[in-house]
Amino acid sequence: MLDKILFLLCLASALADERCMPDTPHGFQVRLSIKTALGDEAYVWNENEMFLFRASLAFAMRNHMNGQQFEVSNIIVCNETMRVSFWFIVTSPLDTSQLIDQENVEAAIRQSRNRINSAFLLTDKTLEFVDILPTLATLYTHPTPPWLIVFGVVMGAVGAGIIIMLVSSVVQKKRKTNGKPQDKDDDEETRVKTVENGDAHDGVHNMSFSEDERFTKM
Amino acid sequence: ILEREERPKWDNKAQYLLTCIGFAVGLGNVWRFPYLCQIYGGGAFLIPYLIALVFEGLPLLYLELAIGQRLRLGSVGVWNSISPLLGGLGIASSIVSLLVSLFYNTILAWVLWYFFHSFQNPLPWSSCPLNVNRTGYNVECEKSTPVDYFWYRETLNITDDIEISGSLQWWMVLCLVSAWFIVYICAIKGIDSIGKAVYVTSTFPYLVLTIFLIYALTLPGATDGLVYLFTPEWSTLLNPQVWLDAATQIFFSLSVAFGGLIAFSSYNTERNNCERDAVLVGVINSATSLYASIPVFSILGFKANNAFLSCINENILALTNEFEMPDQNITVDNYDHWVNYLNQTYPDQFSKVPLNDGCDRQKFLDESVSGTGLAFIAFTEAVIAMPGSQVWAILFFVMLFSLGLSSMFGNMEGVLTPIRDLKVLPKWLPDEIFTAIVFILCCAVALIFALGSGNYWVEVFNSYVGSVPLLIIALFELIGVIYIRGMKTFSDDIYFMTGRRPNIFWKACWMVISPLLLLVVFIFYVAVQARKHPTYPAWNPDYVDFPKTETKSYPDWVFAIIVLLCSVPVIPIPLVAIYRLIRRIMRRSSHHADSNPYNNYAFEG
Repeated sequence: MLDKILFLLCLASALADERCMPDTPHGFQVRLSIKTALGDEAYVWNENEMFLFRASLAFAMRNHMNGQQFEVSNIIVCNETMRVSFWFIVTSPLDTSQLIDQENVEAAIRQSRNRINSAFLLTDKTLEFVDILPTLATLYTHPTPPWLIVFGVVMGAVGAGIIIMLVSSVVQKKRKTNGKPQDKDDDEETRVKTVENGDAHDGVHNMSFSEDERFTKM
Repeated sequence: ILEREERPKWDNKAQYLLTCIGFAVGLGNVWRFPYLCQIYGGGAFLIPYLIALVFEGLPLLYLELAIGQRLRLGSVGVWNSISPLLGGLGIASSIVSLLVSLFYNTILAWVLWYFFHSFQNPLPWSSCPLNVNRTGYNVECEKSTPVDYFWYRETLNITDDIEISGSLQWWMVLCLVSAWFIVYICAIKGIDSIGKAVYVTSTFPYLVLTIFLIYALTLPGATDGLVYLFTPEWSTLLNPQVWLDAATQIFFSLSVAFGGLIAFSSYNTERNNCERDAVLVGVINSATSLYASIPVFSILGFKANNAFLSCINENILALTNEFEMPDQNITVDNYDHWVNYLNQTYPDQFSKVPLNDGCDRQKFLDESVSGTGLAFIAFTEAVIAMPGSQVWAILFFVMLFSLGLSSMFGNMEGVLTPIRDLKVLPKWLPDEIFTAIVFILCCAVALIFALGSGNYWVEVFNSYVGSVPLLIIALFELIGVIYIRGMKTFSDDIYFMTGRRPNIFWKACWMVISPLLLLVVFIFYVAVQARKHPTYPAWNPDYVDFPKTETKSYPDWVFAIIVLLCSVPVIPIPLVAIYRLIRRIMRRSSHHADSNPYNNYAFEG
């Protein structure tokens, strides 16, 4: 009896090993780059981590195929390397001799990719499912583009500035024309005074009637 | 009582100096000089550059500032005063200033666009947008880079040929109008407002450059960039092209022959030491170029380092995956050792690995960029990799905007001051409205640069308006002041203004060295340009070698426009001279006829 059970177990495990192999048409290869992602805080890959992986994959399968109770034993892993890469296949919970096809597995992983990544503190790049492209994150589109807001603020300020300056210059001119008749007499006197002082800084020196030197030689 | 016209004047000397420095120091100091240093053997380029500054730049600068301050008129008035035959020179300067303003402000509009977009997290040029059905990234963006895509597609929406004009890009029109508005508010009251604006626009770039200098020097890879920049390659000095480029760079960098410097110095008091001003402005301009090239090259070194690291890391990943080695066994440091070992031990397997052979630090450093490529592609890419990207982007674009704005003041004053001095305007038209009208007209014409092919047109204007006409104008300026007005009269002018006559160095430069240099530069420049049919790089997504730009040659009608752009500014010089000559001859002949008192026409047959 014991021999038969042993033989069946060996057969079963042998069968399982046979189906899980590199380039299997039913499974995928996984590559983890833990050191690249976490640097000094990298954890060591051991059997417990593998158990977590199989559990999270079972979780993904459960989410995708509603009703079917996948267990950790349904996820079969093989060809583990030092890279930390391995192949896996998924067996159906109802009949362990049947494998779940690739499309379903892929869809399940796609659906729960984020959760699987978070379980290992990794990203789409560092937890790589070979041949499964990550779904691209859509960038957040703002209802009003931010650049228009900045543009509005800047142009509002500049426009207000222009209006203020134009209005102030108009007001200044009005004040000048109102105050001019009174100031004219004062201006004439001051102008005469400056000419008398010989201070001709604001005038144009007419060179044609003067000799070379501005001041007569001693 | 004489009706004295109040010519506006500077509030203080500092305003005048800051305005001149701001006019001279522009975008070219940041994105053209470092590029020239890079391609012409680093530190060795400084020699022809400084020689050109001393023998060509400073004399021209001194000449313009002196003549403007002495005759107290804008460029048109100054040349009319020296000789009526030279009147066309001022008109030529004004036309060049006008044409340059048009495309220069477009560059400022681009800077504004990037500035507005720097307030987002993440920066919009850091990643590609998704394609229509969200299955992958946009094809054009994937083949090139997100930074290229943002510049060519989202900013310019560039067409693939200059003949295809495309449509007006509404966002570009908005930015263009904003740029013209901002220049207007600073120039609204002439030098009263410009003088105050330059306190900020001329000093702020130095602050930002210093901040960038300190930060950039802390970035990894910065020292590689600096070593690369300043290592002199003395053999480049034997190449005449280097000397030519040094002379043209100094010439365009100092913004002479635009008429703007003459306008600014005409608002000075009469007794102002313009010799010291000229030397100060010239030296500060060159010093700024040098100072700016340090952070620019630190950042380019950082960028090259990043490119190198990502290239190596790709290779490391490929090797690690193929040989199933533990993660991070191969690092950047032991990469070469591992490559050798694996190649020797497992040659067959090794040859299957797709390795990128081009991971060479030197190759990434050799990628030289200048102009808009430096600011909007290289720099924006570097900024993404810096922590706190938004801050650096905002600082950088505000700095570029200040640099360009202060140059725009000079350009526009070179147009406005002569018109004001000609007194062709009705008295009832306030100055502000006149300025507004000019600005609105300029903005309307500049809308061609907001088309899909706008960037190509900016290149056309940049290469042909801002080059040959300026050389011709500067040559005529030298001849006009030194030979037509006379060295003696000009020395008297300077003695009047500064209290001493120009020394032998200035005289030698003005009379012989500078005109000779300019003539040589002009001849070589035209010869180099005329040698080949002009081409331009087009961004064509359907090109075979995309993302490389496709070199297309200008169609004939564009070539005709180029010829027009080179010749229209300089045509007034001979035209006005001929016109005045004819008038003088006719007046003399009619004067002769009238002055004979014995000629009684009544009895002639």
